[in-house]
Amino acid sequence: MKSLAELAAIKAKMQDKVVIREGEGAIRVVVGMATCGIAAGARPVLSTFVEGVANNNLTSKVTVTQTGCIGICQYEPVVEIFEDGKEKVTYVKLDADKAKRIVEEHLVGGKVVNEYTIGEYKKI
Amino acid sequence: MKELSLHILDVAKNSVKAGASLTEISISTDTDGLMTVSITDNGCGMTDEVLKRVTDPFYTTRTTRKVGLGLPLWRLAAEQTGGSFHIESSTEEGRSGTCVTAVFDTKSIDCMPMGDIVSTVVTLISGSPDKDFVFSDNDERNKRSVYLDTRQMREILGDGVSLDALEIQMWMSEYLCEQYENKTEN
Repeated sequence: MKSLAELAAIKAKMQDKVVIREGEGAIRVVVGMATCGIAAGARPVLSTFVEGVANNNLTSKVTVTQTGCIGICQYEPVVEIFEDGKEKVTYVKLDADKAKRIVEEHLVGGKVVNEYTIGEYKKI
Repeated sequence: MKELSLHILDVAKNSVKAGASLTEISISTDTDGLMTVSITDNGCGMTDEVLKRVTDPFYTTRTTRKVGLGLPLWRLAAEQTGGSFHIESSTEEGRSGTCVTAVFDTKSIDCMPMGDIVSTVVTLISGSPDKDFVFSDNDERNKRSVYLDTRQMREILGDGVSLDALEIQMWMSEYLCEQYENKTEN
């Protein structure tokens, strides 16, 4: 049975490990979560990124955040990935499966999944 | 949007945007299957002028585009079940805020499923870790009640731990899921 008291234990555990989120190699994953994003299925995409980052022990390097309307509603769910010293990557029309691949190939492997980027999508 | 929980996420985000420090989401279902969802906040509120137009799809405060569909769709979702929609707001200093109440007849064939409400709550809280949220879901039909108050969580966690930390997100999700599973106990 989960209880509020467990939070104290989680707190103690978290204070043991210092999380470094800034600095070299830091990656920021931003998921558009306005009406347009939510309607297009951004919530499972966000959950997939959050879980993927946790399962691959990337929490010290990658942060996953939400934002409002990015302005390209027709391409939602949209995810932007900002990496220090690199150009921003914009992924469009995502779903949970595509998000999973991005976690594995881009966040873990460091290789952009070209076919899901806005540049590729516009060519179709 | 195919789930009520997605609408709730969307509408509750308005409260955050209105600068609310506390947003309460309360769902209650009576024995007849009438479900009332109210989202109450202490944000900046809306003037009467804005309030009148707020469910007009061609009115929006956003600047990226000229349509705003969040509230109109929420209203439609409720009214198409034979339910109702009501919104109250005050901009009076010191007691400003907004309350959006939607009533659904869950027996109606046009009532959308609730969907993954736990994800909605966790997403909402982790999206605004410096704001407080109170979530409650009371269902009289199967005697179930679910409750989460971030102020209680904060009391235990102190300032050192942000509510968007992964461990906290997982805990919230499990905490809520467990309450939903315990139908008879509470």
